[in-house]
Amino acid sequence: MLLALAGCAHAARTAVTPTVDAIAERELSRDEQARHVLDRLAFGARPGDLDRVREMGIDRWIEGQLRPERIADPNGEKAADAFPVLREDPAALLRDVAALRDGAGPDTAARRALRMRYNEVGRAVQSARLARATTSERQLQEVLVDLWANHFSVFAGKGPVRLYLARYEDDAIRPHVLGRFRDLLGAVAHSPAMLFYLDNWQSAADSLHPTLARRRGARRAGPRAPRGLNENYARELMELHTLGVDGGYTQHDVIEVARALTGWSIASPREGGGFVFRPALHDAGEKIVLGVRIPAGGGESDGEKVLDILARHPATARMVATTLARRFVSDDPPPALIDRAAAVYRRTGGDLREVVRTIVTSPEFFSRASYRAKVKSPLELVASALRATGIAADTTPRAARAVAQLGQPTYGHQTPEGWPEHSSEWLSAGAVADRVNVLAPLAKRGPLDDSTRAMLESSDFQRR
Amino acid sequence: MQRRVFLKSGALALVTIGLSPRFLRRAALLAETRAASRGKTLICLFQRGAADALNVLVPFGDAHYHELRPTIGIAAPSREGGERAIDLDGFFGLHPSLSALAPLYQRGMLAPIAAVGSPSSTRSHFDAQDFMETAAPDMKSVRDGWLNRLLTVSSADANARLATAAGHGTGALRGIALAMQHPRVFDGAAPTVALRSLEELRVRAGGADAARLEQLYQAMDADLVHGDGSDAAEATRVLRAVDPDRYVPANGAQYPNSDFGRRLRQIAQLVKAGVGMEIAFADVGGWDTHVNQGAATGQLANRLDDFGSAIAALVADLGERMADVVILTMSEFGRMARENGNRGTDHGHAGAMFVIGGAVRGGKVHGRWPGLAPEQLHEGRDLALTTDFRAVFAEVATRHMGAARSEALFPGYAMDQRDWLGLV
Repeated sequence: MLLALAGCAHAARTAVTPTVDAIAERELSRDEQARHVLDRLAFGARPGDLDRVREMGIDRWIEGQLRPERIADPNGEKAADAFPVLREDPAALLRDVAALRDGAGPDTAARRALRMRYNEVGRAVQSARLARATTSERQLQEVLVDLWANHFSVFAGKGPVRLYLARYEDDAIRPHVLGRFRDLLGAVAHSPAMLFYLDNWQSAADSLHPTLARRRGARRAGPRAPRGLNENYARELMELHTLGVDGGYTQHDVIEVARALTGWSIASPREGGGFVFRPALHDAGEKIVLGVRIPAGGGESDGEKVLDILARHPATARMVATTLARRFVSDDPPPALIDRAAAVYRRTGGDLREVVRTIVTSPEFFSRASYRAKVKSPLELVASALRATGIAADTTPRAARAVAQLGQPTYGHQTPEGWPEHSSEWLSAGAVADRVNVLAPLAKRGPLDDSTRAMLESSDFQRR
Repeated sequence: MQRRVFLKSGALALVTIGLSPRFLRRAALLAETRAASRGKTLICLFQRGAADALNVLVPFGDAHYHELRPTIGIAAPSREGGERAIDLDGFFGLHPSLSALAPLYQRGMLAPIAAVGSPSSTRSHFDAQDFMETAAPDMKSVRDGWLNRLLTVSSADANARLATAAGHGTGALRGIALAMQHPRVFDGAAPTVALRSLEELRVRAGGADAARLEQLYQAMDADLVHGDGSDAAEATRVLRAVDPDRYVPANGAQYPNSDFGRRLRQIAQLVKAGVGMEIAFADVGGWDTHVNQGAATGQLANRLDDFGSAIAALVADLGERMADVVILTMSEFGRMARENGNRGTDHGHAGAMFVIGGAVRGGKVHGRWPGLAPEQLHEGRDLALTTDFRAVFAEVATRHMGAARSEALFPGYAMDQRDWLGLV
């Protein structure tokens, strides 16, 4: 026990792999471990992957996956490049929409073309995610993109959100999944996708509070922007993104956080459509957030201070540890593991790489109880089926449609809590039925040998 | 009666789709039990996202209402009609987009309840939905749903008989949810079935895959398919035989062409198919109107139009059967009394519910009105609560469904008939 604790602290500082003793004590055989890591830290094994991981060594393979920037990934990049519409400037499409609305006349052809492009963006975002999950060599990174994009869930069906999704995933989520949680949180808080989705872009100081607007005819926030506080983002920021619902905040904190974040907004399409701080909307008064005083007049930095407070909070450490352990270990992860992972979060200032490492090299991760204990989510099921067949990534809308048909379309969760990770919350009798229908046509896409087909159709393939 | 319906419309189909004798025997027994419990059906409809009760059941008679809602308030009724509240009793009105429900009120079938909801002061959607579905506000240790407990309590006796007759378990078709996810309200010991639609159960690739489906259910542990795997497999086989394409609603009922409309249409079909369903559940989202919620028209109005016309179609479609059916609508909490800075509303407290049925004491707004004056508001901002939702659930569960008045139904809640509103 003492040894394990010492090893843990050591690992957190210098990032070494677990001790020889810890590896020897794992409950799973080496073959099982290879399969386990490919099903948990990757979207399943491709033909030959099991041998490769065994040859390389389980722990060396994990260590490699924890450093995605060192893994060459031509296939993942190719998959992403298959969707040129995602490289387009979202502001350009927004400008086109605005121009058409401002009376470019009832040009039905232009209208139809615009709508087609708009729909194409939505489909491409879903397909690109699946294509990268299927083909990227940086598998752990893609698993974590899936996890954090769902933790910071936004809905493609609300307003222009879908136009911001490619940037959201590429700029706010993917670069930070193995970095510091504070950076991930900050990138999301600045993203137009989240600012629009949870309404913060138009939250403004209540009329009773002073703003930073200059006296002379302060520039308005935008066309027809009414004034007043909107609590939507502030509440979900604490409830879902950081502290958790029992994390110890009050309705008063919600209001104070909302006040601090007033002015964090979105530039107009003409201005590029990115993040902008609007002093005229910002509540310039003093705020007290979770007992911490934020002095008056802080402007844009008020929001940064709020994110600092939240990212540092022990409840956030716990929330992050639980979220990761639930994904990697089991639906109801062992409390002792959550405690250790949360301690690593606190000790390392929220270094996600170290928290993930703690979890995926733990005895609990390599335990008998954890093995095959998770049911594959729709994305995991479809991606793992495509990987198992060993055929090229499917860049047609068909594969992504299969994910949607199984009930969890990417960026398709209307409310901000995202798709549930705990299988008892989503795996209904109906959902089980659909899992057959979806795999059958996918399995028919390429010439399958009998053993691959048998594997896809086995009940065991439903689990990971 | 129910058994005859079941045997006539169900059993033949059941035999032809190859159900096991064990399942058939239990299904027949259930139909019998159902007859014993008077063949009642409860249909629960959940508005996820916190519907703005003050614009659903509009207290236009409260002097503070329009002052709190200068841009989104619903105008008081007038003789001209139009974009105004539909008068119910001179104080409350229905949102104009709920016009399809107004005739039900006139006929005494619709009982709106004002200022009802959860005594928990949480403003978290997800906690509040859990609390409403477990009917155990602020008690997170209670994990099972109250509709599941209702199935257990209402047939403790029947369960015992079934257990002796057929081994273990009961028919999963007593509780059917048409929802995106398996709802917490159905979690618990009694097996239930959740699906997005009847179409979801179709096996598209021919006969061989149906066999695989059975294997799949067997392979899924009981906790994953919310009951015994073989029961779930057989239950879905029964449901696959209920073909939504061939269904023709009765009495010219027109369901809106929406997910919610389709779900209620399939619930009507399931009621009539006699598959042994006692409780149906469906949910509908889109109520979280923080921005531009609109007034007589707009975002909320569109949601209400869909909501009201789907329910009106369900009532019309079920016709005479409504004598044995109660429809109960709910949402996790209401919204702030005062509109926010974006012509929307933030999270609030007390809400509104509708109880609809042939035996319902409708034509009257139930519940005590707490008022909207500043000092009357909950925490100075929200509609206060005067009726605990458990009083409504308890009355419907016992009076309509015939459940025993068991402590087990609402943990930590002293069920007291004096709290009941006289709804059924």
